[in-house]
Amino acid sequence: MQAGSQDRRVELTRALRDAGVTALLAFGLFLPLIGFETQQNIRNELILTTRLPLLFTIVAIVGVGRLVYSLALDPWLKQRTMRPPQATPSAWRAPVAKWFIPFSIGFVIAYPIIVVAIKGLGGAVKWVDNFGIQILIYVMLGWGLNIVVGLAGLLDLGYVAFYAVGAYSYALLAKTFGFSFWILLPLAGLLSSFWGILLGFPVLRLRGDYLAIVTLAFGEIIRIVLINWVDLTNGYAGISGIPRPTFFGISFNANDDGFAAVFGLEFSPIYRTIFLYYLILALAFLTAFVTVRLRRLPVGRAWEALREDEIACRSLGINTTNTKLTAFAMGAMFAGFAGSFFAARQGFVSPESFTFLESATILSIVVLGGMGSQIGVAIAAIVMIGGTEIMRELDFLKQIFGSAFDPTQYRMLLFGFAMVLIMIWKPRGLISSRDPSVFLKERKSISSDLVKEGHG
Amino acid sequence: MTTPLLTVRGVKTFYGRVMALKGVDMNVNDGEIVTLIGANGAGKSTLMMTICGNPRAREGTIEFAGSDITQLPTHEIARLKLAQAPEGRRIFSRMTVLENLQMGATTGAPAEFDRDLERVLTLFPRLKQRLNQRGGTLSGGEQQMLAIARALMARPRLLLLDEPSLGLAPMIVRQIFDAIKALNAEDGLTVFLVEQNAYHALKLAHRGYVMVNGLITLSGSGRELLERPEIKQAYLEGGRA
Ligand SMILES: Nc1ncnc2c1ncn2[C@@H]1O[C@H](COP(=O)(O)OP(=O)(O)OP(=O)(O)O)[C@@H](O)[C@H]1O
Ligand SMILES: [Mg+2]
Repeated sequence: MQAGSQDRRVELTRALRDAGVTALLAFGLFLPLIGFETQQNIRNELILTTRLPLLFTIVAIVGVGRLVYSLALDPWLKQRTMRPPQATPSAWRAPVAKWFIPFSIGFVIAYPIIVVAIKGLGGAVKWVDNFGIQILIYVMLGWGLNIVVGLAGLLDLGYVAFYAVGAYSYALLAKTFGFSFWILLPLAGLLSSFWGILLGFPVLRLRGDYLAIVTLAFGEIIRIVLINWVDLTNGYAGISGIPRPTFFGISFNANDDGFAAVFGLEFSPIYRTIFLYYLILALAFLTAFVTVRLRRLPVGRAWEALREDEIACRSLGINTTNTKLTAFAMGAMFAGFAGSFFAARQGFVSPESFTFLESATILSIVVLGGMGSQIGVAIAAIVMIGGTEIMRELDFLKQIFGSAFDPTQYRMLLFGFAMVLIMIWKPRGLISSRDPSVFLKERKSISSDLVKEGHG
Repeated sequence: MTTPLLTVRGVKTFYGRVMALKGVDMNVNDGEIVTLIGANGAGKSTLMMTICGNPRAREGTIEFAGSDITQLPTHEIARLKLAQAPEGRRIFSRMTVLENLQMGATTGAPAEFDRDLERVLTLFPRLKQRLNQRGGTLSGGEQQMLAIARALMARPRLLLLDEPSLGLAPMIVRQIFDAIKALNAEDGLTVFLVEQNAYHALKLAHRGYVMVNGLITLSGSGRELLERPEIKQAYLEGGRA
């Protein structure tokens, strides 16, 4: 008892000293970097201004952070590494897994209703759009890429190319031929998977780093073609006035035959937003459902086996060429769906939406989620995309950092920071355990048979 | 005499410019256990992989069950019921034992899956308790058993085994060799076995081949080869222990 409190006091003093030293270092470092600022006045003279409140805030954050780290985080991490690895999961995972998924599905279905109930019709648009639709697009893209990267183990850095193909397919075909969204959605998926196969062929013999570089180049090629083929794509300016999806032929406008009028409601943009929300939710569910089903079929199992060992796959009679191509085609198809949804939602597409950064974002969602885990990918998408969206909402930060401070400019910083944290905490992604695609049923029947025969 | 199940004629295989197989002739008859022994780097694994089409033979022909498979892609060769447990085991480490076996049954008969599974689990009872364990967490010996069991799930006519005893305790080696013998005697499975463990392999096999530097230098029945002084000197020194 005595010794325990003694220990704790020693620990506390050491932590405080550490924190003090760290804060001092931060002060020394940030005084010239942040504490002073030079500005030009009207006569182009440099004047030195100080930013002491900002400086002290940052120093305080660093000091407190260090304190928290050495008092709480560090012992916790040490304990984690010392603990035998298999001790934890089974105890809480089973009930969590049982309730977590139905609860989450219920929540995402009810989400727009909850938001409308809290924020009212007008205030809900932003929440359903930014936090609902935006996140769901990335969940869907993450699940799509998960097929290629997580299951089949083919590192694809140009996934956004297929998203772009889907978006431009919808934009161009809808504007030129006036086809409806519901015809173009499968068509865009088809076109994207066609491009997926087209990319698949040249990279069949590549793996790992080489594959990554070629897919990266492919993503850039598509984007540059979109920029330079001005006749077709209108280059940088993009395509605007893309027809919006309709609700069984009823469009969401303020006209007499619009959605609100037909259903006797007062016009509000929220109806379209909610409709789009459920649309992308359905598409995301479709992606998840198809992936889960495919994993139990030979083709899905072959993807996973391919990730593990290609030579073994071939010697077991698996056509690795077809297996890779189907993985590329499947992943690309879902990106195509997401792309055409994106175009229909924005009403506008331009090459700017399909930069490498986008591929990197989707890939980091898959990696952070745990490469192959659907729930992990969904959580990672919520954290990463939701996190950057929340940055927009943090207006109180302006009071600390001055009104010129724009939190959204720091989203990449946050992104990187979150990634580093997750990788320290969970080096193999949020959910790294892989669910076997078969068990129990066969196991029971077999073990009972064998036990009867007495071969144990 | 009937035609052999597997015939290798004048096969030359290259890695880039280096010739690893310099014209190999050998065959395996239906129902036989044939072993191939030789020093490290002699080309034993290369021959086994060449039979499976990866790498391809640049010269010569390979016939299996009456058809020329020299130019076939690996997965189509496997579909002709020629299964292989390759060097280094190559099991799917993140997948469970059961899933590994399921992958093995890719070219097997789906309706017979349960029966085949029961058969291999009877042969390797250790795998039975580990069906839901991830392949990568099995011990070396269990992984080897899994590699063989996985190959068997395809109901092969010919089973190629590359050094199944590698790195295993004598007890486990005995178990594995017993299993091979049982498969051959009871199911009539034809086995082509590459081994460093020359003494055991030659005792088990009906016939053997000796490979030196990419060429077959000796062949004969297992017992004959065991008696040859040059074999005793080169491969059995201390191997009897
Ligand atoms: N992929 C490869 N690329 C280049 N050379 C190779 C390759 N694989 C094998 N070799 C070479 O071919 C020769 C035969 O190798 P192989 O693996 O067939 O030997 P082995 O008889 O199986 O030997 P061990 O008993 O050690 O397994 C060796 O000299 C080896 O270095
Ligand atoms: Mg070898």
